[in-house]
Amino acid sequence: MNLEGKTAIVTGSSRGIGRAIALALGKAGASVVVNYSGNQAAAEEVKNEIEKNGGSAITVKADVTDYSQCELLVQSAIDHFKRIDILINNAGITRDNLLARMKEKEWQEVIDTNLTGVYNCCRAVYKPLLKQKSGGRIVNIASVAGIHGNAGQANYAAAKGGVISFTRTLAKELGSRNITVNAVAPGFIDTEMTGELSDQVKDQVLSRIAMGRLGKPEDVAEVVLFLAGSAHYVTGQVIAVDGNLSM
Amino acid sequence: MSVENKVKDIISDQLEVAIDKLSAETTFEDIDADSLDIVELVMALEEEFDLEISDQEIENVKSVGDVIKYIESKV
Repeated sequence: MNLEGKTAIVTGSSRGIGRAIALALGKAGASVVVNYSGNQAAAEEVKNEIEKNGGSAITVKADVTDYSQCELLVQSAIDHFKRIDILINNAGITRDNLLARMKEKEWQEVIDTNLTGVYNCCRAVYKPLLKQKSGGRIVNIASVAGIHGNAGQANYAAAKGGVISFTRTLAKELGSRNITVNAVAPGFIDTEMTGELSDQVKDQVLSRIAMGRLGKPEDVAEVVLFLAGSAHYVTGQVIAVDGNLSM
Repeated sequence: MSVENKVKDIISDQLEVAIDKLSAETTFEDIDADSLDIVELVMALEEEFDLEISDQEIENVKSVGDVIKYIESKV
């Protein structure tokens, strides 16, 4: 897939799945805006890696829970690369707890970042996309937890389920302008976020994955690349990238 | 160019309607403009006239004449 001449923003791309997506888009020729909230060194490393592969990238610090910072994020993309074509809403956090022990703060932080963050970035990007009149691609990173639910993740599952419904709705609103909106629902992917799980939990999870292994961030990035590139007539869809996980 | 002509020009361009089809009485319904068309039109007007148009203000705007009157009151 050739994404040369396209600009992509990947939120939360200093680490994990976002990092793999940023690298994949960069390799495909897109100019990449590597967004991060805290870890500047890691974001710079992603930028350097993209440049080493012959691509171009910038890093932009922005907290997706704050709309004005999302506006600045989109503006930096346009200022630097003259246009914006692709938005990958990847930034996400977990604050796992059984509902009985889940504090309101844990609920709210996850909703703010994982759901409101998607709303903020989409709202910030849709006017520039409409103005350019050349279509666009939005890919939201959801989760299988948002489809099936997952004990200990009521906040995360609610936010990701919200992202899925948001995706389907926005696809209807923007379809006539050739802007596609899709979601990818990763299963258990080997990242720092799932690295916090105990070996016992990991073994349990493995026994439920038909393919018998955890996913790699690159497995997710590959599907995102497809949706951001050659999937011209696919919108409002949710693609699970989970090795066939039964929840 | 008068505000009236500028506005007609922008509407014609944004909504892909021949300019001679636009009169003050033409409503957006007449020219099959959907809500997203209106969003795009507002963005174009904001840019051309260097304005910020709020959603509430735009709610009452139903026809080409309404837009012209609104812009004339702002510039």
